[in-house]
Amino acid sequence: MKILKIFFIIFLSMSFVQLKSDEKNNELKNKILKNIRCLICQGQSVYDSESDFSLSIKLIIDKKINENSSEKEIYDYLREKYGDWIIYDPLLNKKTYILWLLPLLLFLLGGAIIYKKLIIKNNNSDI
Amino acid sequence: MLASQIGYYSLILGLLFSFLLCVVSAKDFNKNKGVNQNILTLSFLQLMFVVVSFLSLILSFTNSDFSNETVFNNSHTTKPLFYKISGTWGNHEGSLLLWLLVLTLFIFIFLIKSREQPKKYRILTLLFQQIIIIGFFLFVLMTSNPFNYLFPIPQEGLGLNPILQDPALAIHPPILYLGYVGSSIIFSSSLAAVTQNYISKEWAQHIKKWVLVSWIFLTIGIMLGSIWAYYELGWGGFWFWDPVENVSLMPWLTLTALLHCILILERRVALTSWVVMLSITTFMLSMCGTFLVRSGILNSVHTFANDPARGIFILVFLFVLIFLSLGIFFLFHKENNKNLNNFFWLSKETSVLVNNWFMMYFLSVILIGTVYPIFLDVISTEKISVGPPFYQKLIAPFLVPFLLFMVFGPKLKWIKSKIENKKSLIIFSIISVILTFSILKNLTTDLLFYTVLISAAFLLFFSTLKELFVKKFNNISQVIAHLGFSMFILAILFNNILSSEIISNIKVGEKYSYNKSEIFFEKIKEKKESNYNSIVGYFKITDETGKIVQLKPEIRIYNQPRIITSEADIKTTFLEDKFLVMNLVKGDEYFNVRYQVKPFMLMIWISVLLLSLGGLIGLFKKKYEK
Amino acid sequence: MKNKLNLFALILFLSFCFFTFYEGLNNSNTYTPKINDEKNIPIFKAKTFKSNIDVTSKKIFEKNSYYILNIWASWCVPCRKEHPFLMELSKNQSVKLIGLNYRDNFNNAEKFINELGNPYDQILIDSDGTLGIEFGAYGVPETFLIDKNQKIIKRFIGPINKKIVEQIKLIIK
Repeated sequence: MKILKIFFIIFLSMSFVQLKSDEKNNELKNKILKNIRCLICQGQSVYDSESDFSLSIKLIIDKKINENSSEKEIYDYLREKYGDWIIYDPLLNKKTYILWLLPLLLFLLGGAIIYKKLIIKNNNSDI
Repeated sequence: MLASQIGYYSLILGLLFSFLLCVVSAKDFNKNKGVNQNILTLSFLQLMFVVVSFLSLILSFTNSDFSNETVFNNSHTTKPLFYKISGTWGNHEGSLLLWLLVLTLFIFIFLIKSREQPKKYRILTLLFQQIIIIGFFLFVLMTSNPFNYLFPIPQEGLGLNPILQDPALAIHPPILYLGYVGSSIIFSSSLAAVTQNYISKEWAQHIKKWVLVSWIFLTIGIMLGSIWAYYELGWGGFWFWDPVENVSLMPWLTLTALLHCILILERRVALTSWVVMLSITTFMLSMCGTFLVRSGILNSVHTFANDPARGIFILVFLFVLIFLSLGIFFLFHKENNKNLNNFFWLSKETSVLVNNWFMMYFLSVILIGTVYPIFLDVISTEKISVGPPFYQKLIAPFLVPFLLFMVFGPKLKWIKSKIENKKSLIIFSIISVILTFSILKNLTTDLLFYTVLISAAFLLFFSTLKELFVKKFNNISQVIAHLGFSMFILAILFNNILSSEIISNIKVGEKYSYNKSEIFFEKIKEKKESNYNSIVGYFKITDETGKIVQLKPEIRIYNQPRIITSEADIKTTFLEDKFLVMNLVKGDEYFNVRYQVKPFMLMIWISVLLLSLGGLIGLFKKKYEK
Repeated sequence: MKNKLNLFALILFLSFCFFTFYEGLNNSNTYTPKINDEKNIPIFKAKTFKSNIDVTSKKIFEKNSYYILNIWASWCVPCRKEHPFLMELSKNQSVKLIGLNYRDNFNNAEKFINELGNPYDQILIDSDGTLGIEFGAYGVPETFLIDKNQKIIKRFIGPINKKIVEQIKLIIK
């Protein structure tokens, strides 16, 4: 009887782990689908679209997630077929360094200018 | 027909009057008397010509006069009257008439309301504005004539895209333009003031009203666009970082920064370069936005018909204005260095400077994100997408210090003085963090990030709320606006975390259960309207508390143009929206159903209204101020 | 002096922006895939139309022949318009036509072929559209020209027309 109970608990926890991993897969799937552009729609993600193209993509993503492909592998696969254009999140590579870094550089530059101005003004007013 | 003819010649007259105004004003410039009354009359007449032209176009639309090419392209006899009228400005040519209307209206009102201002300043403002007006008249008459004649006259029009047939979208352009195009006055008057060395306290007090008016309309205009996207586009979002949306947000950022600088400038001569630069930049961003959206250079949901020829005109016009305004700035602007003796770094001026710093950063993120794909495509022929993840990653972290500066910025003067203020702030900080943490504990995986961000927003919320109740009417416009902003951030973040969505294919008569809730697909009914047929789905949703709500999404089949759209049904309550949309599944009796629960949507719209209310109060505050 | 340098840099930068935007206007803004990189055809397995058995891409695409892969469906209106051109190409000895029946119902597809004629040497079934994705297709109709080394050398989105047929004929000579 006790052994049965133990097996039952182990079985339940394994299902629970499976559920949790299903949940995680689902979360991952949604995250990826929201990041893919539906190429035949006007400005919709594959997640939001029910077009033929989107439905096919969803099937492929499903299959790849079940095969335990990583997020990066899935994006690489899609980029190989369709180009960078299909992914909404611009990946950080030599084509996009300026894109990501320029705003940050401008922020630091702005901060430096303000800092200098404040120091100068502060010094001047002390005189 | 006749209306089109009248409309066309009205435009020509309007353009001629521009030249007339320039000549008369130039002649009047050096005379010692006040501004010549004739100038006001001419400006009024110019406005009337544009009004007549605009009304002629509306008339052509309501009469379904398909001899007019614009009406033919954008209307249909079966369209309801309301949408025939609003269809007038829902297309490229008509919306340009709206541009001209706001441009001429604002300069006329400016002339009337600025009688106490120096004469030369007023005339120069008029002249600069006329440059813009002439540019747009030429643009309309040469590339985008709303009164082209079609022969033989078609029997029926091509119709208006059904997703544009919506009340929010009908008033969105006029309100948005009052903000967007209205910033032209600020542009012209700043340039005029610079040449006259008139960037002063008096000028700031005078121009503040214009900045506020433009800002309020721009805020509400953007909100209306988001509301339309939420109700009409059918996937439950309200902001996509789409290029056209970004293009309306950018002038808002500079206008907000400008507003804060003006608030400083009206009391002491400081930040003058900022004021001039921001005035110029706001309108230049408006023009740039027009360029990006109408030229076909960008790919977006909202773009008008693409036409590179028009793009070239606007591009050249835009850069002429940029070089002109920069030229004037560098030639005439005198940096004011007189007040260094009284400088106290822990002052409101510093807070505004910091505000500008952050605003310019947000602006750069949005601007770079929007135009970078164009640059990359030209230089390397690579095409990339810059979507929501980019903007979210670069903006969200900076919101935390930004919100904190909003808490401490307005209070900087008193840091040295009372200790009571410090105490309440510390208490609020502790409450915010604990409150946030306990709410978020079980809700999200990004616990640290959201806790920090939401705590900062709560801190701003509590501190402004306290100001509202304790400080009575001092600074009330600022308090309400900042309170509105804190609520806006809170509403968006909680909406983000707490929203849920179910997607499933369901047949009529079926039930779909999940957690403790259930979606019951009762039945479908068919409906016929004047310009579409629809299939209405009757759904009963039972949520976890047992409450039942009925939702009736539709699938509409429009007759002209032949488009199928899905209309979501949304039940809005104070706390949450229930959002249901259905789509056809090809070759099946199933319907694809998306059900979303979206908390705090109403709060998002209310908080933006509160933000605008703060501005509105600022507009009328002078009467109560000492 | 510093101010003048700043001004000069600003003018330079703005001119650069102007010319970039000007160029950008002249570029098409609808995304067309880079056909410059010649891609290999994907390796796949699919069911044939006639006998519903699996075949591998290796067996379908033998070397030493040009292939045209045409994605079509019975519910696709432009596919009807381009069909006569496919029939014309099928008469050409130097190229083999492979049809990919995309997200279709078998009976309807069969009717389509019986009604309009069968230009294909072989038809594959892509019931869920995933095979089309393997080729990087957007939808229907879409046509790929594959050379003797199993590389995709040309791609046409949308129905083919006379000009495209001439273009293909020139290449496969």
